[in-house]
Amino acid sequence: MAQLEDSPIVLPDDPDFGPEVQVDYPGYRSTRWRAPDRPLVTIAEEFHDLEGPVFGHDAVQEHDDDLTRQHEGEPLGERIVVTGRVLDEDGRPIRSTLVEIWQANACGRYRHEVDQHPAPLDPNFSGAGRCFTDDEGRYRFVTIKPGSYPWGNHPNAWRPNHIHFSLFGPEFTRRLVTQMYFPGDPLFEFDPIFHSVRDPKARELLVSRFDIETTQPDWALAYQWDVVLGRGGSGTTPMENQT
Amino acid sequence: MSMPRTPSQTVGPYYAIGLTRAPRAPQNELVDRSDPAATVLVGQLVDGQGSPISDGMIEAWDSVGKRWGRSGTDGEGRFSFVVAKPEARPGEAPRLDVLVFARGLLRHQVTRVYFPDEAEANAADPVLSALDDEQRASLVAVPEDGALHWDIHMQGEQATVFFTH
Repeated sequence: MAQLEDSPIVLPDDPDFGPEVQVDYPGYRSTRWRAPDRPLVTIAEEFHDLEGPVFGHDAVQEHDDDLTRQHEGEPLGERIVVTGRVLDEDGRPIRSTLVEIWQANACGRYRHEVDQHPAPLDPNFSGAGRCFTDDEGRYRFVTIKPGSYPWGNHPNAWRPNHIHFSLFGPEFTRRLVTQMYFPGDPLFEFDPIFHSVRDPKARELLVSRFDIETTQPDWALAYQWDVVLGRGGSGTTPMENQT
Repeated sequence: MSMPRTPSQTVGPYYAIGLTRAPRAPQNELVDRSDPAATVLVGQLVDGQGSPISDGMIEAWDSVGKRWGRSGTDGEGRFSFVVAKPEARPGEAPRLDVLVFARGLLRHQVTRVYFPDEAEANAADPVLSALDDEQRASLVAVPEDGALHWDIHMQGEQATVFFTH
């Protein structure tokens, strides 16, 4: 088995690894007993063209795209606008697809019973949002910048600031759950989840860009992050290194 | 022009906030419980040490009937759905396509669940028939107390078959 208990937390970059995540990345300890340890079975190409689910527009309610307006008062923290486009590999917009996000509050605490980080919960922040992309594939959320938080992966482990994203796209094989990071985070170099994408160029695709054009004067900073939902490519398992 | 696709990252342990918690819940009914064809599908998500995965999420997709659902796993790693057996595509056995997400899974995994009362169709299915007996068994639910039972094993001797996607 490729995973070693004493392997480094962050492995060296590997530009030849390809664009995907290394599913059995050993520095992220939870992969050890959860990542498949047998080769994936390849099925005929036509199975890769299955349509994905389509959601009715009642799946999104008022204020679902504004995480600062879901309670009586405003949440504490740095208000931000997060925008971007959802595209296919040819750069065409993916329209009317459901985008779901969730995140920690400004103090780095999730509103979840398993999260016992001794940082305050914010009664005015749930940390969940959703919207549909428009005709240009564009999504837009208003939220607060999530804080960093410690986790138990290794001594003094802290996650870089991130927002979780879940996207569907028109075909089953384009389904993507990922994390959006913020530019220049000093925790990048120590984070095994971020580094499980071994190719530094591919890793950059997870990092949003500060967006002065969309930043709203006297109100909120903006970050811009495009998502490309591609077809095919499976990450890698110990016995299979295909791209 | 081909743009590089955005890499996957783990769903993490707190996905319920955004994906399965009220007011969204329940999303695990692909058909209404009152539907005469409705069957409960239950199972356990298990790691390579035989321990339940209590922070996993399963999505089930009937691409013929266009029915979708998802279920988080509970403290015992259990998920549950209300499903109806989908129509079969020509030359194939009826099935649901299944996605597995969890903390520790840097990308979701794709598998399928087939139905135990379709022995003939299952034997003729091009995907099932290309597998060995143990692999095939990992993809077929078993009847149990009027419901269907299907466990997902990420690793080990009983490992569920996962497909490239």
